[in-house]
Amino acid sequence: MNIAGLPARAAAAPGLARWGRDLTADVLFSVGDAAWILAIHKGVLISANPAPALMPSYDLAIRAGAEDFARFLQDPPPPGWHDIMGLVRLGTFKVEGNIALFMSHIFWFKGVLALLREPRA
Amino acid sequence: MIEAITGRYMRLELEGRAHRLYFEEAGQGIPLLLLHTAGSDGRQWRGLLNDAEVTSRFRCVTFDMPWHGKSSPPEGWERETYQLTTARYTGMIMAVARALGLDRPVVMGCSIGGRIVLDLAAEHADELRGVIGLQSAAFLSPYYDTSWLHHPHVHGGEVCGGIVSGLIGPHAPDASRWETLWHYMQGGPGVFRGDLHFYKGEGDLRPKLARIDTKRCPVHMLTGNYDYSCKPEDTEATAAAIPGAKVQIMKGLGHFPMSEDYAALRPYLLPVLAEFT
Repeated sequence: MNIAGLPARAAAAPGLARWGRDLTADVLFSVGDAAWILAIHKGVLISANPAPALMPSYDLAIRAGAEDFARFLQDPPPPGWHDIMGLVRLGTFKVEGNIALFMSHIFWFKGVLALLREPRA
Repeated sequence: MIEAITGRYMRLELEGRAHRLYFEEAGQGIPLLLLHTAGSDGRQWRGLLNDAEVTSRFRCVTFDMPWHGKSSPPEGWERETYQLTTARYTGMIMAVARALGLDRPVVMGCSIGGRIVLDLAAEHADELRGVIGLQSAAFLSPYYDTSWLHHPHVHGGEVCGGIVSGLIGPHAPDASRWETLWHYMQGGPGVFRGDLHFYKGEGDLRPKLARIDTKRCPVHMLTGNYDYSCKPEDTEATAAAIPGAKVQIMKGLGHFPMSEDYAALRPYLLPVLAEFT
């Protein structure tokens, strides 16, 4: 999973920024024990750096279980693991904090996390 | 090119209140009444209504439920919260069938429509030729907080489209995928959530399944395997409680088979329709 390359892939994704046109936030994204801060300004993913171990600051946290997120990243993903709401139903994808941010920009979050699937590792 | 589908309005009373409902139809023959999913409208059936192999044998009719599509809510809607219930849903379907003179129709519905056909089979077997449930299950538990679908801080159109977008199979053509989502984005405020009152709460039809007699009213259930809302195992569990119900799990399809990818639904659906004479 190439998190470091995510800002460039997000910048190249047609229409993605439009779905997040009013999204400016620091989002903690974790997979298992690993965590990153996604810094977003008006739908543009500015950076995706490892979260500080001590006192990370963020507006919203999205937390994925490692095993199910690995299945989500398969290309193609198996039925039920092909969308983050499928992981929500499985109980292994949690949205915490200012949930309105997530719901207001759900296409952006779905779109950017799906980009982690491409290009195949 | 002008399609063979025609659209008209009907006026009828539902629960003692005047309604103006929009419906579309195509074809001649056995009445086939088509029910759209929660928060959407009859445009979901455009593929079937344009399929000459179906319309040559069936009079296909789909209506927009009150509050949906081109059917307005009843007078006074501004003072109430819309909530779909089992009795309200079954009552409107039978009222529409009677108003249009549909004689023992086959009723096919998807999602909430796939749920309510089970109630129709239990309560109105002798008035129907049979039912077909797409993405059908007698009950599903909520897995997210539906209050976000009608919240002043969240754009209702975008969140309704976004919340269901992953329910479409990954192989669906982009044009059909995004048209399906556009219908969701056009829903009125609180309407999708109001439908889910039935789907994820009040409308638990498990106690009624034992009353369904498939000799009087055949039951067919077709479910796409990419639907994580109504999963194949949800449909199979429902079918197991209805002796004689026939189930097909459809590979590659999601929660909106008739709208997201009609061409992929067709090979599963045509043999089912062929059983009705």
